[in-house]
Amino acid sequence: MLTQLTSAIARPLSRRKALATAAGLALGLSFFGTAQAQDTIKVGVLHSLSGTMAISETTLKDTILFLIEEQNKKGGVMGKKLEAVVVDPASNWPLFAEKARELITKEKVAVVFGCWTSVSRKSVLPVFKELNSILFYPVQYEGEESERNVFYTGAAPNQQAIPAVDYLAKEEKVQRWVLAGTDYVYPRTTNKILEAYLKSKGVKQEDIMINYTPFGHSDWQTIVADIKKFGSAGKKTAVVSTINGDANVPFYKELGNQGIKATDIPVVAFSVGEEELAGIDTKPLIGHLAAWNYFQSVKDPENEKFIKAWQAYTKNPKRVTNDPMEAHVIGFDMWVKAVEKAKSTDPDKVIDALPGIKAKNLTGGESEMLANHHITKPVLIGEIKADGQFDVVWKTPGLVPGDAWSKELEGSKDLIGDWVGKKCGNWNTKTNKCGGQGS
Amino acid sequence: MAQFANDSFSDTEAAISAVAASGNARALPIVQALQDGRLVADPATKKVYIKENDGKVSDAVTGQAVAPSFANLGNVRLNNRLRRSVEAAIGGLTLLSADPARRLQAAQSVFRSRDAAALATIEGALEKETDASVRRAFTQARAAILLAAPDAPEASRIEAIAAIRDRGDQDALALLTGVAADPSPRVAQTAQAAISSVQSRLAMWSAAQNAWYGISLGSVLLLAAIGLAITFGVMGVINMAHGEMVMLGAYTTFVVQEVIRSSYPGLFDYSLLIALPLAFLVAGLIGVAIERGIIRFLYGRPLETLLATWGISLILQQAVRTAFGPTNREVGNPSWMSGAFELGQITITYNRLWIVVFTLAVFALLLLMLRYTSLGLEMRAVTQNRRMAASMGIATSRVDALTFGLGSGIAGIAGVALSQIDNVSPNLGQSYIIDSFMVVVFGGVGNLWGTLVGAFTLGIANKFLEPVAGAVLGKIAILVLIILFIQKRPRGLFALKGRAVEA
Repeated sequence: MLTQLTSAIARPLSRRKALATAAGLALGLSFFGTAQAQDTIKVGVLHSLSGTMAISETTLKDTILFLIEEQNKKGGVMGKKLEAVVVDPASNWPLFAEKARELITKEKVAVVFGCWTSVSRKSVLPVFKELNSILFYPVQYEGEESERNVFYTGAAPNQQAIPAVDYLAKEEKVQRWVLAGTDYVYPRTTNKILEAYLKSKGVKQEDIMINYTPFGHSDWQTIVADIKKFGSAGKKTAVVSTINGDANVPFYKELGNQGIKATDIPVVAFSVGEEELAGIDTKPLIGHLAAWNYFQSVKDPENEKFIKAWQAYTKNPKRVTNDPMEAHVIGFDMWVKAVEKAKSTDPDKVIDALPGIKAKNLTGGESEMLANHHITKPVLIGEIKADGQFDVVWKTPGLVPGDAWSKELEGSKDLIGDWVGKKCGNWNTKTNKCGGQGS
Repeated sequence: MAQFANDSFSDTEAAISAVAASGNARALPIVQALQDGRLVADPATKKVYIKENDGKVSDAVTGQAVAPSFANLGNVRLNNRLRRSVEAAIGGLTLLSADPARRLQAAQSVFRSRDAAALATIEGALEKETDASVRRAFTQARAAILLAAPDAPEASRIEAIAAIRDRGDQDALALLTGVAADPSPRVAQTAQAAISSVQSRLAMWSAAQNAWYGISLGSVLLLAAIGLAITFGVMGVINMAHGEMVMLGAYTTFVVQEVIRSSYPGLFDYSLLIALPLAFLVAGLIGVAIERGIIRFLYGRPLETLLATWGISLILQQAVRTAFGPTNREVGNPSWMSGAFELGQITITYNRLWIVVFTLAVFALLLLMLRYTSLGLEMRAVTQNRRMAASMGIATSRVDALTFGLGSGIAGIAGVALSQIDNVSPNLGQSYIIDSFMVVVFGGVGNLWGTLVGAFTLGIANKFLEPVAGAVLGKIAILVLIILFIQKRPRGLFALKGRAVEA
């Protein structure tokens, strides 16, 4: 009930502890750095290895270490070996900024792969701007942002939320919508976009129910009962879930126990992937949906090769892969190509080289970095299978370019991000001026 | 049949309706195999086979066993739309089954699908039906079909509305709302009347439902807080690592289930019973170790105790994270804790019901222990007046260690129960610690009955606020209420009076 309070008490202590461990780690690493040959390229990894977000972010740290090892086997980049510098921001948002600063100024990394939550990204933004470095951000997010120093390899709302809603309206003939989310910026913005989008499609206000729950909510009885009630108004109903992380397991358990089957009220989730399902018995959940740009079950030679190498690297034949991992795979590949194209790791040159770079994604296509620093991705809808994997039931015909600014929201529909021609992240196409809403 | 092999959802759908309408005796096994994911097809030869549970493969059309050539056989895939048509097809095919339970199920699935094609079969079956509950289900299914078909005669539709009104649940409301705007004024009027009657009945049930949810939430709060009521309430130790004891109990359950899964799969339904004593021991022993190693040096210094135990909680969390990994661990529900049953219009899930029962049992046991055993007596003596107890020959330091161990052990068994409804992750404990303190402080420090009343009051208040204010505001409102309450009665609901207070 009072997790905010606990973390408020916890912050000074946990930060100190994390600082100590991370400082020790960094010390050890920098010591190694000087002992080794001077011409390595350092790659910063800024993912939480302790605290609440460790559950999701630890895998991404492993992914980058894996990619670096693979790249070094191929001879590194421009003849230089890559070297990872791992720091632990401990799920503590201000600490993300401190650690980012440490990576850039002290470790002199060429690029940083990191962050998961939007709060952590917002917290490191000023650091990357001030010190002019590069961040690759691999997670689906709420959009409404385009920064010169950040490359967004996860999905923008138009690459996940909107196609998912379209699928439900078309394939499942859904007319009533429950937008359920955890109470923070990503679900709130996504739901605002979805609400505007649904209304533009003629859905009435009384057919939309919006519900927010606190982080880590574990007692879902009332809400599931409400959803059941809302769903029995004679119109086909679906739940669009932006429920985050830990709260999902009790939510799905309650759905299963109260007997809400996917054939009655399907739930489409934007934050539930293979990793999250690993903690639940999925049999009662068969048929519930998730919208992502990648599923482990996608049949594609690139994907199969990747999964095999990944499981060999982690020495765990059951280790799953997920969407943000694929985003890192694409982002890493793009960065390598851009460095080779620019023949330098200088941030300005790499930032200019990145737009237009193409890299194979793991679903059989080729993603491209766009001028707004988002990428093109396919959108896939998967149904949960009994083994905790997803069966892809629908896929966009081509790749969808990511919109930095949502076309559905009043304040942002005229804005575009263009770092190639206009050199501006929020160009207003109406007034033809740089600078609109946002930053 | 060949359409099944095309791996296209619309072809599969056409195939299902063709098979269901064929009237062939093979139709039912085929559709059932499809539902269970046992129908496989060869995309090259367009042949369709059924995989039996014992690993044999038979030709779907003839039913004869064939030698399997699995090389390029692929499961016929389903999506939600197809699952619905499969369910409807099975309903239609089993309406005349000899087994009343299957007939009931069939009637219910026809009720959901409102498949007009089944009307004639249902009317035929209705005449012959002897079982009362199946008869009711048939009548309702028939009514649902009639209401969904606007061309049915007006009189029979009005009769149908009455049948649906008697059902009185959310599904009935959904159906009736559909006809409320019927072109025929008489039908529309009857439907309106039926809707308001169903609605008033449902409103009553929803209050009952909130009360049940409140009791269920209250029992979870009580279970988490009861161990703390001993360490904090009775001993006065601010134990911030209490939540981690709960987490250790949950991880013990996970380990027990892992062992059972790999070595004794038959025992899975008993896994929780086996985990209970183990969780008590694991958490209890760690509790004793913490008390002996750290807390005993800090009695009477609450601030230092708070910091030290907070440190312990961080150490335990990171230790578990290192040992088991940061991701959630799957703890399965034994069969007797899965699913739900309907009591009137309330859905009661078995796992919540068992947790309520379990909590009350733990509470009663603890109460008896404190009242009737010599350890209980010594505990009460030491906590009331340490020096006097020591003069009477009680080994106070031994009692301190055992009391702390008992509190921690109970937190451990709470973890076994909570593993059934929450994530088993290193963060499990954090989400309960503040709630637990709130319950103990609200209920009155040093009084187990206060903890009981406090937990259920908070649970029920929370659940009645939640539908009105939403989950986020509801929690804030509860907090504000507690702050106001503590202003008025700083010692909680059931404050200790008299000389005991001085201890």
